[in-house]
Amino acid sequence: MAGEPLLKVQGVETYYGNIRALAGVDISVDKGEIVSLIGANGAGKSTLMMTICGSPQARVGSVIFDGEDITRLPTHLIARKRIAQSPEGRRIFPRMTVFENLQMGAGLDNLKFFNEDVEKIFTLFPRLKERQSQRGGTLSGGEQQMLSIGRALMARPKLLLLDEPSLGLAPLIVKGIFAAIKKLNQEEGLTVFLVEQNAFAALKLSDRAYVMVNGKVTMSGSGKELLANPEVRAAYLEGGRH
Amino acid sequence: MAISPVPASDNLMGKALKEALFAGVIAFLMFLLFVGIETYQDINNALVWRTRWTLLAVFVVISVVGRFVTVAFIRPHLDNRKLNKAKEGIPDLSEDKGFLRKHFLKFALILMLAYPFLSLLIVGKQGSLKYVDNFGIQILIYVMLAWGLNIVVGLAGLLDLGYVAFYAVGAYSYALLSSHFGFSFWILLPLSGIFAALWGIMLGFPVLRLRGDYLAIVTLAFGEIIRLVLINWTDVTMGTFGIAGIAKASFFGIWSFDTGSPTSFVKAWGLSASSVYYKIFLFYIILALCILTAYVTIRLRRMPIGRAWEALREDEIACRSLGIDTVTTKLTAFATGAMFGGFAGAFFAARQGFVSPESFVFLESAVILAIVVLGGMGSLTGIAIAAAVMVGGTEILREMSFLKVVFGPDFTPELYRMLLFGLAMIIVMLFKPRGFVGSREPTAFLKERKAVSGSFTKEGHG
Ligand SMILES: Nc1ncnc2c1ncn2[C@@H]1O[C@H](COP(=O)(O)OP(=O)(O)OP(=O)(O)O)[C@@H](O)[C@H]1O
Ligand SMILES: [Mg+2]
Repeated sequence: MAGEPLLKVQGVETYYGNIRALAGVDISVDKGEIVSLIGANGAGKSTLMMTICGSPQARVGSVIFDGEDITRLPTHLIARKRIAQSPEGRRIFPRMTVFENLQMGAGLDNLKFFNEDVEKIFTLFPRLKERQSQRGGTLSGGEQQMLSIGRALMARPKLLLLDEPSLGLAPLIVKGIFAAIKKLNQEEGLTVFLVEQNAFAALKLSDRAYVMVNGKVTMSGSGKELLANPEVRAAYLEGGRH
Repeated sequence: MAISPVPASDNLMGKALKEALFAGVIAFLMFLLFVGIETYQDINNALVWRTRWTLLAVFVVISVVGRFVTVAFIRPHLDNRKLNKAKEGIPDLSEDKGFLRKHFLKFALILMLAYPFLSLLIVGKQGSLKYVDNFGIQILIYVMLAWGLNIVVGLAGLLDLGYVAFYAVGAYSYALLSSHFGFSFWILLPLSGIFAALWGIMLGFPVLRLRGDYLAIVTLAFGEIIRLVLINWTDVTMGTFGIAGIAKASFFGIWSFDTGSPTSFVKAWGLSASSVYYKIFLFYIILALCILTAYVTIRLRRMPIGRAWEALREDEIACRSLGIDTVTTKLTAFATGAMFGGFAGAFFAARQGFVSPESFVFLESAVILAIVVLGGMGSLTGIAIAAAVMVGGTEILREMSFLKVVFGPDFTPELYRMLLFGLAMIIVMLFKPRGFVGSREPTAFLKERKAVSGSFTKEGHG
């Protein structure tokens, strides 16, 4: 099935009660791509991420992953299809140590590859190695972000979903995290779909990108195209650092 | 000690005096009606009242002196200690904990195994009845219950206020099946656990989507439902009369502890008749059950299901996005916790020989939960200590008849059991808000991992 995307979101509408947060979204992510999604606060970016993971589920439309319809699957079964997420708010386990948090990420394979994989995470984020017996809740914001991404990677995902990995981090750390994502993508062919407020960095990193406004995708294109697009520049880049 | 300069201590005394007087006034106002005045029925059955000024005075004096000592001596002492510790840096993290602390578990186990014999040696057969039964068995039952509840509350973070329901299910399973069908203790013990676990799952289903306070209310209601069924389903449960004459446990069917029986334990061993042997036997059964509970808890914490429980307590949404089935995780937590409650219940019925709904009131759930919270949620050692202190303390209260000298002849110390609980709660929560043993032991360490990954590299996986 050449040309079939890894993830295909078709006409998805998601509601919170009666409020429509996604108003018919179409998105596709190919194997080995880095695709990003930018948009203003409240546009529905996080909602799309969560809809892919099945909580909340799409009321209309479908989510196809690896040729299989996962729209109506419960969240934990979607996760078992190897879609790993570093969600908004990081959601690490605060009373567990860094090491145990990483263990939780490797639960799908019952820790079979744990020792190999944890070394990889530690080379990617040496900070986590230093802090491995510290409780997750006492890590700094940036360290928690690294842990959240590291935990998602421990699941050996086919698709990695990142919701604002740069949130609240120092520019240098953002650089480090983006470099890590790029490296995983190039060396391991990891497919990444990320949401970003830091539009400049995200567009530079991505192969392709989507712009979301009020629950709808209004623009899409390669990262370079969107960076050059005057509308995008005006809405998401001017005034920012670039 | 040189931190507080001399003039400050004068100040301190003045301040302590002021605060003590203030405490006295508050105590006086608070206890004026509760303690100073007592109502009773006279010969004509009319309700009249009398005053108890001396008792009130005792209460006020205790508050004044207590406050004075706290402010003038205890608090500065504690502050100094903290300061000194802070100045020394943080040397507390050192590995060598001292011989006693390192081998604490071994000592505790040996002590528990030897306990009945020590008590026989020291206070003789008649005295041992009290020490083995009232202290030993009673405390261990609560240790077991609290450890069982700890799985639900401490590990999985599901606040259960109706835990006593499972204790009741276990006890009535044993009582009913034993009196109707004559099954032995050793068959009914596991059966009671299984029944309780099934009830745990039954409770689990409707509350799957609830958390925190909502969950607490529903579990509380569940506990009451079970108790009300026991009271009202009189055909089966005999209602408030309870079920009496429940068969004793036998020594694995070899010897019986009934005095008239041909296979009587005392006859077989040529001992003089005494109920203390049965008590000692029961002591070892409940000790074994406790050890089983602890062992299972410790093992499970290292297994995927145990890790899932703890993760569930921390963040349910994150759990799901890591592929954990939160439904089965919750149900297994309820079922496992309930199972141990059921074991304890069966044991309770066999020990008591009598069960009635009165033993399974909400207060029991509250006491068990209080023990878990006091001990530190999730910490087996802390919970065991809390159970020993709280339940043992209650038993000791019974012995404190000398207090009658202070408080007058009508004073019944047992009635102050809940006061003791409340006090302990307040004190522990003031100084150790997370319980005696508040910190959670990690289940996985770097060292273990190093060893494993070392062997991996040797095999060429690295
Ligand atoms: N649980 C919820 N219940 C009701 N409304 C919600 C809920 N979660 C999100 N919304 C609403 O849905 C809309 C989209 O929210 P979403 O979190 O997806 O925005 P976002 O694009 O991620 O924004 P941000 O950049 O601020 O994270 C918002 O208007 C928000 O108020
Ligand atoms: Mg968001």
